[in-house]
Amino acid sequence: MPVISYIDAVTQAIREEMERDENVFILGEDVGKKGGVFKATQGLFEQFGEERVIDTPLTESAIAGVAIGAAMYGLRPIGEMQFADFIMPAVNQIVSEAARIRYRSNNDWHCPIVIRAPYGGGVHGGLYHSQSVEAIFANQPGLKIVMPSTPYDVKGLLKAAIRDDDPVLFFEHKRAYRLIKGEVPDHDYVVPIGKADVKREGEDITVITYGLCVHFALQAAEKLAQEGISSHILDLRTVYPLDKESIMEAAMKTGKVLLITEDNKEGSVISEVAAIISENCLFDLDAPIMRLAGPDVPAMPFAPTMEKYFMINPDKIEKAMRELAEF
Amino acid sequence: MSVEKILMPQLGESVTEGTINQWLVSVGTKVNKYDPLAEIITDKVTAEVPSSFTGIIKEIIAQEGETITVGEIICTIETEENSTEVEQMEVTDLQENSDTSEKEIRTPQKQRYSPAVLRLSQEHDIDLSKITGTGRGGRITRKDVLNYIANNKSTDIEQETTTHQENSIQQLSQVNEKDSLAKQKTKSLPLHNPTSGDIEIPVSGIRRAIATNMKKSKQEIPHAWMMVEVDVTNLVQYRDSIKNEFLQKEGFKLTYFPFFVKAVAQALKEFPQLNSMWAGEKIIQKKDINLSIAVADEDALYTPVLKHADEKTIKGIAREISELTQKVRTGKLSPDDLQGGTFTVNNTGSFGSVQSMGVINYPQAAILQVESIVKRPVVMENGMIAVRDKVNLCLSLDHRVLDGLICGKFLKRVKEILENMSQENTNIY
Repeated sequence: MPVISYIDAVTQAIREEMERDENVFILGEDVGKKGGVFKATQGLFEQFGEERVIDTPLTESAIAGVAIGAAMYGLRPIGEMQFADFIMPAVNQIVSEAARIRYRSNNDWHCPIVIRAPYGGGVHGGLYHSQSVEAIFANQPGLKIVMPSTPYDVKGLLKAAIRDDDPVLFFEHKRAYRLIKGEVPDHDYVVPIGKADVKREGEDITVITYGLCVHFALQAAEKLAQEGISSHILDLRTVYPLDKESIMEAAMKTGKVLLITEDNKEGSVISEVAAIISENCLFDLDAPIMRLAGPDVPAMPFAPTMEKYFMINPDKIEKAMRELAEF
Repeated sequence: MSVEKILMPQLGESVTEGTINQWLVSVGTKVNKYDPLAEIITDKVTAEVPSSFTGIIKEIIAQEGETITVGEIICTIETEENSTEVEQMEVTDLQENSDTSEKEIRTPQKQRYSPAVLRLSQEHDIDLSKITGTGRGGRITRKDVLNYIANNKSTDIEQETTTHQENSIQQLSQVNEKDSLAKQKTKSLPLHNPTSGDIEIPVSGIRRAIATNMKKSKQEIPHAWMMVEVDVTNLVQYRDSIKNEFLQKEGFKLTYFPFFVKAVAQALKEFPQLNSMWAGEKIIQKKDINLSIAVADEDALYTPVLKHADEKTIKGIAREISELTQKVRTGKLSPDDLQGGTFTVNNTGSFGSVQSMGVINYPQAAILQVESIVKRPVVMENGMIAVRDKVNLCLSLDHRVLDGLICGKFLKRVKEILENMSQENTNIY
């Protein structure tokens, strides 16, 4: 099986879906001729032409709005937000229109769009190029939010998102783009949306996280295994709606749960995970549910020292995991 | 002088590695701060790496064409500044800080149980005080309990089989008995979980004392049992004829019971074997005849002692029983009232019983139950059928001390005395 990077898995999924279904098209800032600022759409403009790979003006609300309109006319648009930080002008379109239309029209209309956006810090990007925005959308029924961690999951989940009949937000960790490489099959496959995945089996503590933090947690788990601490790691993959069964199962397996997100701690996706566990697993808990997250400051700082302070890294995770194991 | 490291810089937001395209310096080159050192190619850009220091290139680590992860060393520079010392100091500072943070006071957590630990301990009937906690502050973790369950399952089964074997060959040592008792106790607990609507009554001191004595008696004394039927028609007639006069004269009721007590006391004088107790190596025959009288109030049973019963008249016995009963009802019994009993007479007839198996009042050797007096058709010696007042006397005996023969003789004697009680030959005074 070929080993490719996280971003190559994005490109491959889009290319294969555009080849498979002519209704699929992509629109966004610099996605065409430049092939995207991160090169996620490299080669697509040449292969599919300017009618299916559309450069847009710097108007995120238009990217979302046009995509929604096209979707309701039967197309399957993929809108790219150059950075997740820039999605804010499109929130009204995504939340008030895309997420609501099926419910509002009593199933007469639906909206099969995918909004892709690179998120996350640790790339020295400062306030407007480092944010995690999933929590803003994670209490909007009608939306799905997918945040894969591995190239395999990226390809399978992006294909599932494109084929989904309802709006899907697809957040890609920009630091993972070229850092994370993995085996990805050449052929067509789909990873179901809404299913969490056990990335490591263990007995002593459970770590539930998503995105780049999955890799950090795996590294920490590897280290702790040498000390005899066995870690069970669950990758949420879809952060909204959450896979409650898998979360409960993972939590009850060890009774000690660490939840990790790179986002600000308060009201984050893992806060909901914590609520699910405390509602359902009280008599299986052996320790207070532990959260490791970014501090509650407005956004990722630019100064490298401060960025390091803000960002989750394997050392911070290892420390938290050990603390939980020792409890 | 110190050696500084030059690291692969991050040349863009998503860039995690870079390839050395060309070195612009070589080992020994003198460079100033910000002088370009090498050309680097990434996915996005080609850029020059500037020097962060002024000094002489000491070693070139990354070769041209090599791809290096961001943060890895590409070359080293020998500088004239002594910055390493500063760095070292910083490091020590940091270590000191982390030391103090780890010195935080850790309170013992041995008695703090998590929901998972409590649930497991209840489901498996585990005494948590037996588990050594490996968590912080000695806290018992879920894993500690799981390990304990896994380790004890096998030993539990072993113990049970041995106990069974020993039982079958009747060689239950005391230690094992204790063990199996404890086991029974823990095992029966789940059956005792009260369901809603059940009332849980805490065991009072007197209830506990009764329970302990009864259990001791039943477990230690091999009880045997026998019963005789007594014709007390004459006694009933006698007592009925004087009871009103007695009440007027003495101020308390004359019941049948003092007659029985008197008869028993007299018979015990003749059969001292029953007035004795088992003492392991020997049997002690008591000189004094002190009769314990079972007296019940609403929720407890007392056995106050009628001392020297053989020396007392029926009236004297009647008064003393009346006084002791009064003391029980008003809770005024003194410890002295309860001590020194050598044989027990139990008036079970007062609550309508016609037959009962008494539990011996430990450490005595026997207990006599006086049942209800009832009218029965009886075939008389001359072949006639008559209505007679009959009473059952039930005797529980310690078979270690007594045998059927002697007890039969004793009961026969009591029967004789009672059947001969009448106006003509019995004086209550």
